[in-house]
Parts: sequence; structure tokens; C-alpha cells
Amino acid sequence: MDSLKKEMLQKKAAEIRVDIMEMLCEAGSGHPGGSLSIADIFAYLYFSGELKLDPKNPLMKDRDRVILSKGHACPVLYSTLIEKGYIDRFNLKTLRKFGSILQGHPDMKKVPGVDMSTGSLGQGLSVGVGMALGLRLDNSPANIFVIIGDGESEEGQIWEAAMAAAHYKLGNIIGILDKNGLQIDGFTKDIMNSEPIADKWRAFGWKVIEISAHNFDEIENAIGKAKEFKDGPVMIIANSVKGKGVSFMENQCGWHGKTPNPEERDKAISELTGALKK
Amino acid sequence: MITDFAKKILSTEAKKVATRTAYGDTITALGETNKNIVALDCDLSKSTMTATFAKKFPDRFFNFGIAEADMMSAAAGLATTGKIPFASTFAVFATKRAADQISSSIAYPHLNVKICATHAGISVGEDGATHQAIEDVAIMRAIPGIVVLSPCDATETKKVIETVVEYNGPCYVRLTRTNIPVLFNDSYNFKIGKGIKIMEGTKATLISTGFMTHIAFEAAKKLEEQGIEVDFINMASIKPIDEELIIESAKKTKVVITVEDHNVIGGLGSAVCELLSEKLPTKVIRLGVQDKFGASGETYELINAYGFGEESIINTVKSVI
Repeated sequence: MDSLKKEMLQKKAAEIRVDIMEMLCEAGSGHPGGSLSIADIFAYLYFSGELKLDPKNPLMKDRDRVILSKGHACPVLYSTLIEKGYIDRFNLKTLRKFGSILQGHPDMKKVPGVDMSTGSLGQGLSVGVGMALGLRLDNSPANIFVIIGDGESEEGQIWEAAMAAAHYKLGNIIGILDKNGLQIDGFTKDIMNSEPIADKWRAFGWKVIEISAHNFDEIENAIGKAKEFKDGPVMIIANSVKGKGVSFMENQCGWHGKTPNPEERDKAISELTGALKK
Repeated sequence: MITDFAKKILSTEAKKVATRTAYGDTITALGETNKNIVALDCDLSKSTMTATFAKKFPDRFFNFGIAEADMMSAAAGLATTGKIPFASTFAVFATKRAADQISSSIAYPHLNVKICATHAGISVGEDGATHQAIEDVAIMRAIPGIVVLSPCDATETKKVIETVVEYNGPCYVRLTRTNIPVLFNDSYNFKIGKGIKIMEGTKATLISTGFMTHIAFEAAKKLEEQGIEVDFINMASIKPIDEELIIESAKKTKVVITVEDHNVIGGLGSAVCELLSEKLPTKVIRLGVQDKFGASGETYELINAYGFGEESIINTVKSVI
């Protein structure tokens, strides 16, 4: 990736993270940790030009689909959709408030650009399987990106969907596992150890690509390879840091579902914008 | 006496068909012209009869194996691409194991999925309690935005399926295993939110749904022979229910008896009570499974033993008039 593109993506990711902080501080509830861990991936998906998307035509035929199966991380999705121009910026201040289109978990009927309502964990990959089957029947070139969590992978339905995607050789599904190693009650390895997770996906018949979730070269390379591979589903295991970009939130279980107060928000934003200037 | 309207639509043939069979035949017939119809199943296609569709349209049939949660969410995904998914399995598994998927993936985004669950009620028979759905209507009725339909014979099933294909939104269609009489001829037209009055009387209102209608019909005819004429209504549309028809009849008869192959909590009886208690307080007696699990046995033997067979219906009507 050339340095210009990388700089642009870094800037977008920082802007998304800043929006997440603003949004969550205003809302007073919500999930920062798992939103920050996938901010770089969202910046790449929506701003690299890799995906076929049109903010002016959110239901465009043959668009690529994005399903945020770990729906509690919706601040990253909302921020991205605001940055991309799907929804107006004023919505940022309305997250989780009565009457807002920005519900506590994503609602496809309210927010342009949200391809699936999610929230109850473990269902997004199955929805992706259905979309993949439907789009394949129509010979659509679209890909379906499904973002799941490592805690979420404890849900049995994830593995039902894993079986089905491989069984139907769904080459149009690209899974992204946000492997941040934390869940509400603690470290994933302590709560319910799902390792060796890459071996599990391989055993279920998926092609697996392991990357750092915060390295744009690796993200680009993985998504490029995943798109080329048409024989079956691909899982990109994105090793991430929960709370990435905000020092005091990084790898801290407590920041799964706690929001920054105004001082913490300001500190976070100055860190994020400061890092960008370096 | 039989209403003039019913006289036109009642079948004169003595034929027995299971509603699940009519379901398989109807989606297959519709699938010829409507290419958006797809069928999904969980390893029960030969029982739910989606196998009929699968044989004709193998490319539009998806077996998910024994994974109901996955099937329901995948049906939601298919619906987002403009397909009309018919998702089938036994009613127990569809509505209990996959209740969250139906609620979150299908109903909350109001996606166009048709959940057609078979083997509902204790009329399933020999398989016993774990395979007899007695809570499915209660569960589906409590989820916002789902239309709940329970056809009583092969003709009504055909009409219900033809209707839900045209309706845009999630529907739950409750189908049964056992061969039962075909009550209606093809001139019968089903409408969501409408029941039909088959017999007219003044002594009581008898309302049945699904599998129980052919039994309740026999009971109503026997009551008539004994000089007890009741309003007999078949209510396939449980949600939305036909408020007008029920209120009009209850106003006249002052007492209502409901009959369903389902727990009396949360099903047709509850729906009728909810309506009447708000709009026209009337005594309602709910015949059905009295809040206990089913058991193994022969279909009619079970229904009689559980106290909502033909004789129980007749005795109940006599006891309240």
C-alpha cells in the first residue's frame, strides 16, 4: 500500500475513533472497547475503495454487504457511516436516545447502510450464509463481510453457520474475527477458551488468514486474497487490541461497556489526534 | 344450521389429506412461476414435505441439517436479497429452539420469511411430548409483527400459503401431521384477519382452529341434531384475529367456547379472551391442552384423553347453555 493511501486510512480510522469517543460520552452508555478494536478494519472496508458501496444508494443492487454480527460495537459502524456520508453528523449526539435512528444495537430499518439488524450474538454469520445463497442464485458478484467477535464465537450458532458456509462452498462470504481476547467478564481464555481458534475454522472447512487488525498492509492483503478465493468461505482472524488507540482503554476488560466521562473523552481525543500528527 | 356462505365453500368429496402435504404441494406449484420462492429445512424435508419442492427445484432448496437457529437466521439473510424463504421444521424446534432467531433476525427487521412449521400439537401422536408443540402459537403471537395462521384442512392451507406469498412480512403457519378431512372446496378464499362462520345458531359460539376444526364441526353437527344450534366459527387467522366476527357472535350468544390443539395459555383461547375482556366481557371456556405436556399415543385417543375431543366439546357446550 502506498504511503498516501495508508495516511488517508490512518486519518479516517482516527476520525472514526474520535467520533466513537464523542458519541459514547454523549450517550453515557455503550461499548467502546470492541468498537475501537475494529476501527482500522472499518476504515479500510469503507474508505479503501475495496468494497462496492454507494452512500447515495445504500440499497444498490450488487453492493457488497457488511454485517456487524457483534452488534454492540455499533458505534464504529455508525461513526463510519457518518464519515462516509450515509447519515448526517447530527445523529452522532443521539446515540441510544429515544427517537434516534442510532439504537443501542444496529437497526437496518432505521439506518441507511446497515445491511442487517444485529444484537443478539451469534446470528450474523447465519444471516450472511442466507445472503450469500440468495446473491449466488442471482449470480451477483457481491461479497458479504461478516464481523464477529471472539467472545461471540462461544455461541453454538456460529459453528452451525460455519458448517453451512463450508457445506455450500460460499466463496462470497468473508468473515472477520475481531480477536481482541476480552469479553465482559474477563479474558476470553479465562471465561471460555476457544483456542486454537484458527484450527477450528480450518477444521470447519474455511480458508483462514491471520493478520494484525491494526496493520493496513495486512488488512489489504488479507481482503484481497479473500476476494480472490472463490472456492469457499474465508475467515480473516484479525488479532486486535480491545480499546485500540486510547491508552487507558487498551486491553482493559472494564472498558467493554463503560463510557468515557468528558475528561476521559478529551484525553482520548487528544491522544488520537496527537498520534495522527506524529 | 350450515350458513349459506359455508354451503358454497364446503367440500362434497370425502377426502383426507394432511395440511403438511398441501403445504408441500402448494409451494411447489407456486414455485413454478414465482422464482423468488426458496425452501429451507432442517433434515425433516420428507416430513414437512418441503421435499416435494426440493425434488422440483433442487437449486432453490437448502437443507441446513439439524441446525434450526442457523436456518432461521439464514432465512432472514435470504429475505434481504429479495427471496421469499419458506423455512420448515417441526413446530417444536422452529418456535422454541429458534425463538430468538425468529425474533431478532426475522421479526425485528420485519423480513419476508414464511415459517411453516409442521407436526404442531399433541395430534402428532406417537412421538410424544418432546415432539408435540403446545406453546408455538403463544410464542409466535407474543413476537411483534408476526402473522400467525393455523389452517384447518388442505384447501385452507393452500389458500393460506397463496396468501402469505403475496403478503410482505414475517408469517408463522402452523401445520399438522395427520391426514384429516378436506372440508372446503377450491372456491374458498382466505383473508388474513378473517375467520369464517360455518354454522349459525344462538345457544353458544364455538370457535376452533387448525387440526381441531374438523372435530369441532362434527360436534357442532351432533349438537344441532340434538336441537342445540351454535355459531360455529373456523379461525385460521389467530393474529390478527377476526375481532368483528367474534364480537358480533358473542353479542348474540353470550357464551364462547374455544377449541385448539395447543396449551390453553397463549393460543386461540387466550386471543379470544384478550379481545372479549377488552371489548365485550363474555364468558369464555377454553378447550385444549390444560397446561401440561403431551404424551405418546394415537392422535384421536390423545385428544380425547386430554379433554378436548368431540365428546368434550359437546358436553362443554351443553354445560354452559
